[in-house]
Parts: sequence; structure tokens; C-alpha cells
Amino acid sequence: MTATETVLGAPAERREGREKVTGTARYAAEYDSADRAHAWPVPATVARGRVIAVDAAAALALPGVLAVLTHENAPRLGDPDDPVLAVLQNPRVPHRGWFVALVVAETLEAARAGAGAVRVTYETEGADVTLTASHPEAYVPDSANGGFPAVTEKGDPDGAFASSAARLDVGYTVPPLHNHPMEPHAGTARWEGDRLTVYSSSQGTSAVRAELARLFGLPEDRITVRSEHVGGGFGSKGTPRPEVVLAAMAARETGRPVTLALPRRYLPAVVGHRAPTLHRLRLGADADGRLTSLTHEVTTYTSRVKEFVEQAAVPARVMYAAPTMRTLHRVAALDVPTPSWMRAPGECPGMYALESAMDELAVEVGVDPVELRIRNEPETEPESGKPFSSRSLVECLRDGARRFGWERRDPRPRSGEEGPLLIGTGVASATYPVLVGPGVASARALPGGDFLVRVNATDIGTGARTVLAQIAADALGAPLDAVRVEIADSDIGFGSVAGGSSGTASWGSAVHEACARLSGMLAGRSEPLPEEGLVAEADTSGKADAESPYARHAFGAHFAEVAVDTVSGEVRVTRLLGVFAAGRILNARTARSQFIGGMTMGLGMALTEDSTMDPAFGDFTQSDLASYHVPAHADVVAPEAYWVEEADDHLNPMGSKGIGEIGIVGTAAAVGNAVHHATGIRFRELPLTPDRVLTGLLEHGHPAGMLGV
Amino acid sequence: MKPFAYVRAGSVEEATDAFAAHPGARYLGGGTNLVDLMKLGVEAPAALVDVTRLPLDAVEELPDGSLQVGATVRNSDLAAHPVVRDRYPALSQALLAGASGQLRNAATTGGNLLQRTRCPYFQDRSKPCNKREPGSGCGALEGVHRDHAVLGHSDQCIATNPSDMAVALAALDARVELTGPDGSRSVPAADFHRLPGMHPERDTEILPGELITGVLLPAATAGLPSAYRKARDRASYAFALASVAVVLDVGDGVVERAGIAFGALAHRPWRARRAEDALIGAAPTTAAFEHALDLELAAAEPLRDNAFKVPLARRIALDVLSRLAPPATT
Repeated sequence: MTATETVLGAPAERREGREKVTGTARYAAEYDSADRAHAWPVPATVARGRVIAVDAAAALALPGVLAVLTHENAPRLGDPDDPVLAVLQNPRVPHRGWFVALVVAETLEAARAGAGAVRVTYETEGADVTLTASHPEAYVPDSANGGFPAVTEKGDPDGAFASSAARLDVGYTVPPLHNHPMEPHAGTARWEGDRLTVYSSSQGTSAVRAELARLFGLPEDRITVRSEHVGGGFGSKGTPRPEVVLAAMAARETGRPVTLALPRRYLPAVVGHRAPTLHRLRLGADADGRLTSLTHEVTTYTSRVKEFVEQAAVPARVMYAAPTMRTLHRVAALDVPTPSWMRAPGECPGMYALESAMDELAVEVGVDPVELRIRNEPETEPESGKPFSSRSLVECLRDGARRFGWERRDPRPRSGEEGPLLIGTGVASATYPVLVGPGVASARALPGGDFLVRVNATDIGTGARTVLAQIAADALGAPLDAVRVEIADSDIGFGSVAGGSSGTASWGSAVHEACARLSGMLAGRSEPLPEEGLVAEADTSGKADAESPYARHAFGAHFAEVAVDTVSGEVRVTRLLGVFAAGRILNARTARSQFIGGMTMGLGMALTEDSTMDPAFGDFTQSDLASYHVPAHADVVAPEAYWVEEADDHLNPMGSKGIGEIGIVGTAAAVGNAVHHATGIRFRELPLTPDRVLTGLLEHGHPAGMLGV
Repeated sequence: MKPFAYVRAGSVEEATDAFAAHPGARYLGGGTNLVDLMKLGVEAPAALVDVTRLPLDAVEELPDGSLQVGATVRNSDLAAHPVVRDRYPALSQALLAGASGQLRNAATTGGNLLQRTRCPYFQDRSKPCNKREPGSGCGALEGVHRDHAVLGHSDQCIATNPSDMAVALAALDARVELTGPDGSRSVPAADFHRLPGMHPERDTEILPGELITGVLLPAATAGLPSAYRKARDRASYAFALASVAVVLDVGDGVVERAGIAFGALAHRPWRARRAEDALIGAAPTTAAFEHALDLELAAAEPLRDNAFKVPLARRIALDVLSRLAPPATT
């Protein structure tokens, strides 16, 4: 075997694994120095209004407190792209938890005490924080997140629905969900004259640098942003967040390096969240389950700060061969925290609803739900008519069904009973688009035989730096351990964000091009390398991100088995199996981690993760990890992830599709469909906590014997 | 931060003296709740009297067969103690159903009894809470209260006690042993915590300066049936939506002893005396269990969003009673 055959796709171990488990990997809040100061923000305690006075005297009198920044004395900032970054610029309070002051002090403890001593007086206004499907202020926006049209229509979906043999008209509700990465959002900023250096818990340093340049009126080349290690983000670090702006502001005001690490409880209000979505699905089909009409309408909210529209009806444009279709988004601007990106924005909540409805349709027409999906497989992308670069949904469904033992399934709801437990199984499809961004990379051959690759990638725990080394080694024909990779530094040049499952394709394309060029330079060379080595560079602008004539998406299928305890209404997932088709898999170890990580997060969405917007106070009730229930180990029983390899020449030099998000898409539907199969009851609001499930079991009058009573 | 004194006590006397010498002091056990509350500003003690080094870390069987559990015995050690597992399985199960492995390793027996409610309004100083700040109101009453009380609450407070361990202790007729300025005393575990009434700021019957020195479990024979069941949102590391501890002794075909306590339904572990009274002397049948539980839960007054707790508590209790009853009788 040659090195080339073994490196790409191999289960290489994470390069920074040892640093992380031994605690030597440094995160943004850990760049200490003798003169470093700490900051602590003051969140607004009203849901809507204006700050009319800030009394900082008591805070400033505390030992160690250096400064109290408010809208009255904070430096004026330039206009950011993202209005949530215009912090301390005016007295308006758009939602509870919006930062109204920042205390800077010698120590973290002094900063916190100072924040507690700041007295803020508000003029309060009536707030509306409750989303309803018929909210009078809901409107159809120009576009949804990602620039997708808010509305699409094909044919006459209403007419086709009216004359369909089978009709399904149902609603689903997904609550707000929170990213809650392990590392809270943090930044350390230092000014040296008019040069700014920032260590940021960010998914992309170039985006942070660009916003800081706009805000502080600096040319980008006077700003360095580094994100060497990032403890997860799930989208919430995909755009710069207030903490990095506040840290830079505080550092400039005090002349000291300043760290601001947000307390966990402040995250839900200021780092973005997945907005709640109310779905209405109308599926019309013939007697064999072939779709005649598909309508997916989504109502969601945004804040008063900016418009962000969760694009949850978009996946319906990709999935099934419906001759008539309508997809539509509505949004209401409420006095709520600003929603933002969270793992598989759009696809995740949208496919929960669509794939739940497909399961309902399967039951309605009496067709196996795997078969129903196969029957509705389109030849081209339904909305655009473009050919797929590759589409292996059917293979994923068939392979998953085989591995799961689907053929042994008794299709009758409520057919599995083990004592007080009802056992059921469910299936759902997954999809996620292929996204790619431009960027630069360099590859340097060193005299000793090693290579140095530099690319402004960010490794948020995904294994990006490891995979990039594999891509480089493959293109160079070099052993993996001869390749050193430097990432996450805005000085390297433009790098796109670790988001939209685009990282490996984007950074990898630039790395591949630089390495292939270097390989060519080395091929004809007989003389020894100069001391500084030989370097090749690449810039993929206009190439990597060029529009494709193909519809490019990853697909997948989830299979879940649940046990529903009829005594308590507790639901546990006993099996969870996913099969994914995402082009060529570049690292079997880290890819599996991404898939099962997404599936685990989807399991949480299905069963445990609940967030309540408090109508009286205007904030999320579940604000810490004791009350916002991400799955614990005991909830996650041996998830299995497999993949179908695809050879697709229309992607990038590696032949890969993104894998970071598809694992969460459809998981909740598979679990919910399994709960229906177990109980015969269709729960259409997530999560499936015991209060909801037990109430459903009781309302549906399960016979006493079945309930173990 | 607010400066506070720290005193490490080596004896019970040193601890109570230090407490008396520092107005506004708190005893510090494992700190798994108190330290969190200090970070949130909900607790701001003038002094912490660290009692974790007191010689109260033993579990001892007394000559009369009762079991003396020191106040500083860690939750994980108590759960794993062979005598506890053998004779008081409800207690071991309750401890293991609580928190996480890491927290159980740190949390103490005395500290577990004194943990505060996890009501989100109590933990957020920007909102009203009569328990935290008497007279400020109750944010939960009309707010988000799925997890709150259905029994024994007042218009002042609808919080629940979060402990699993305390529920088992209440059902097992344990006593909480206290030492204070006026000497030592013990109170039944079932009466140690209070209902909120007009004074939700008082969680327990403990008097100022009193220190929990231990818990006394009455003599029990191996095989005395007891069990704990907890319903929750996730399989681990979640507070109960409802829980129940049951002790059930059946002899000659009738219930001779019944101890039933509910968790997460009230401001204290809810000892189900009415249900117990109805069961004593009755044949342990499903019908008798249902009748007894219905008598008890008739007093429930659910709030707008937590009516599910009543059938949930009834069903898990019925399940545990049925499992503990001799097979032939149900």
C-alpha cells in the first residue's frame, strides 16, 4: 500500500487529543498575563424598555474594580454587520438579558461583585415574548436564513391536496433549543498601540476580525484573532458574539489585557439559540403513498434587534418527488433574545416535522415507512430541477433497514409490549446541503523532509486539524506525521467559518491545491531545498465557492428503538442507528464522532431538551446545565453510525460532503415515530418528557393491564 | 466578591462555637449546593464553618440494631455501605438516583438534608421569591411551574424540596440528630422539613446555630422490603418529577408496617400518613393500594401546569407497592 491509499479515510487520532485530556490545550479565557484584568457583564432585568440611569458608584468603590462601562461612557463603535454586536451603544433594552453594563476589575471575583453592585434604573415597556401560529405581527419575510426565498410554490398544491386519495394536515411544535457548548463564550483582548490581538472562542477568526475592524474603525491588518482551541460551538460561535467586542472595548478603556468569559446562565440570552418553530404540514398522496401535494409552512420568531428566520421549510424543497409544493416561512419580531445558528439550522427542525408527517402518511396509507420514502424518491431536485451530484438516500434507508433488522418489525402500532414497557421502532430520513467557502492556504516543504501547512481553519472539537493533515499528506504523498498544520489564526489569511458542515471542504480545497502545487514543484527538483524551504500557496476564491450546476446534498437515514414506560411516561432510546451518505469519508474515527454526536444531540431534542420562554419575565427558565437537559451518558445507549461511500466528482478534490450536522437531522423524527409505533399515540410537540407522554397515555385510555396497574 | 471568614472545625463543639462567634455564618459540607448559591448571590454568608473534617464520617450499627450515620458521610459512601444496601435498599437507591457520581462523592448526609430548592425563581436574584426575600412575591405561582408542588404549598411558595435521600429517610422513620447551643435533640426525618405556610424562608425545623451531627435509622432486618422509584426527564442527573420511597412489611397476609413518602410533590418529603393508615391491617392488594393512594392524593392541589404529577406519583407508588408486596397477595 502506498501512503496515499492509507492516509485519507484512515481513522487517524486527533492531533491535539493529548493536550486536551492533560489540560494543556489553551482556550480563549486562558491567555493569562501579569496585567490581565477580568470583566463581568450586567444583564438587563426587564424584558423591554430603556435604561434611564446607571449608578456605578458603589461598584467603583469596591476594591479591585477598574471601570464600569455603560452606554453613557463606552466608546462609540462603528456599525457592525450583526446588530447584536452594537453593545453599550444606546439605552434601549430589546430583551431581558441584553447587556447594559460591563464591570472590569483586577480579578474575576471583583468583577462579579462589581457587576452585582451596579444599580440600573429602567423605564419598562410592555413586552410580548409569546409565539403563536396566529400571531398578529407574523409576516412573510423576503428571505429566510441562508438567503433562501421565504416562499416557493410549484403547481397547485391546494387543488392537488383537495383531490388526493390520502390527506394529512398536521402541526408540530419545536421549542427553543440552546447550543450550550462546554466552553462558554470567552475572549481575551490586548491592545498594543493601535494593534489589537484577540483570543476568541470562535468558529472562524476571519469573521471576528472583520467585525472588530468595522466596530473599532481599524484596518484588518492591525487585528489578529486566534482560536487555537475551541470547546464546541454548534453554531453559537459561528458569528462573533458580544463577549469579544466587550473584551476589546474594556481592554482599550483600561489599557490592560482583558478576559471576558460569559457565565453559563447568561448564554441563552446573548449567544443565539434555535428559535422555536411551529410547523404545519399538509401532505396529499395517492392510495399507494405517492405524494401529490406537499405544503410545509413554518412560523417562527425573531428579536427586535434583527431578523433571523430559521429556514425550516427549506429541506422540503430537496427531499421528495411531490408534483405540487408550497414552502413558506412566517416570522414575528418579539421582545425575545436574538435567535441564531444552531447545528443544522433549518434542516434540523424542518426535517423533524416533515419526517414525522411522512411517518403519519405511511400509517395512513398502510405502506411501510421505509418503502414510502423510496416510492417518493425524486429523479432531480424537486424545487430546482437540478440533477443531484449524488444522492444515496435509498441506499442509506436500505442499508440501515438491513442493519437494524427492520424486516422483523410488526408494523402495527402498540404491538411491542414487555411488562410495563411499550417497545417501538421508527425511521426518518436526513439531509444536509453541501456548502463550501473560499480561502487561502500555504504548504512549505522543509529541508528535513517535513512539511508545514498553514490554513485559517478552526477546530471546534471536530478533528479538523487532523483531517487537514490527512488531506495534505494525501496530496503531497507524504507520511502523515511529516505534516505539521497551523490553523486558527487570522494572520494566516482568509479562512471560512467552521459552520454549515463546510469546513473540511473549504479549507481542504485550499490545502489540497497548495499541496498539489508544492508536490509539482518538488517533482522535477533534484537540488537540495533552501534553508527556508519551498512554499506553494493557494487561493480558492471563485473556484471552491463557484456555483455548481448540480444539487449537492448529503443524505442519511435514522432508525430508533424506544421503550416507553407506561407507569411513568418515561421514554428511553434503546437503539439508535444512522447510515449516512456524505461523499468520501476522510477520517473514519472523527467522522463517526461527528455522526454520533449529532445523533446524540438529536436524541436530546427528541426527549430531554426543553426551554421555556417565561411569559412574565421574558427569559428562558432553563438557564443552566442542571435544568436544560442535554442527554446524560445514561440516556445514550451505544449509538451506531455507518456510512455509504459515494464517489462524487462534482464536489471538491477530496470528494467529500460535510458531516458535522447531518447526524442531528431527522433523529428526533425517528425517535418520535418510534414512540408512536410503541404507543399508538402521535405526540406532535417536543420534547417527549414524562409529563407529556404520561398525559397522552392517560388521555388515550390505555387499558389498565397494559399500564401495569 | 463579598469577603467571608472561613473556619475549619475539628470538633462539634468547635463548629457550634465558631458558628456562634460569626453572625451570618453557614456550615459548609460538600458545598455542592451552598457554593453554587454563593456564586449566584443567593447565599452571602459572613463565614463558612467547614464541618467536613468533624469526626462524623462513620456508619455504625448500634447495639439495638439501629444504624447511626454521621453527618459528613459522603452520599456515595452511604449508598454503597453494605448494611444500607442490605437493610435499607430504599435509601441506597434514593442516593444513587440523585445528582451525578461526582456530586455524590462530594455531598454529605447533613448537607443533602439542607440543600435548597432548585426553583428557578429562587436561584435568580432578579426575580421575586418569598423564600429568598420574604415579602417579594412568588414568581413561580403564575410563572413556569411544571416542576413545582402539588401538595402542601401556600400562596407564598410553591417550591419543592429537591432531595432524593430525604424522601427515603422519611419513609424509613429515620431521625435527624442535631446539636446546638441548647444541647442535642433529634427530630423525625419526616418532620425535619417544613411546609412553606407564611414562612417559606424556613426550609427546616433546625434552630439557629444547630448542627446536624447525624441520622439515625431504626433497626431493620435484612429483607425488610423497601424501594425507591424516581421519574425524571433524563436517565441520570435530573431532579425528580415525582419520586416515592416505600417500606412495606406484610405478615399473616396483612400489612403490618407501611412507610410511604413522596418526593418532588411538596416543600418537604411528603410522608403519606393517610395512605399508610389505610393500609395497616389490610390485605396488600392492588385495590387496597389504590384506595390508600387515592385517599392520600385527594389532598393534591395541582397548579396550572403540573397536574400530571398527581397521576405520576400515584402510578409509581402503586408500582413500587405492588413489587414489594408478597407475590401471592396482589
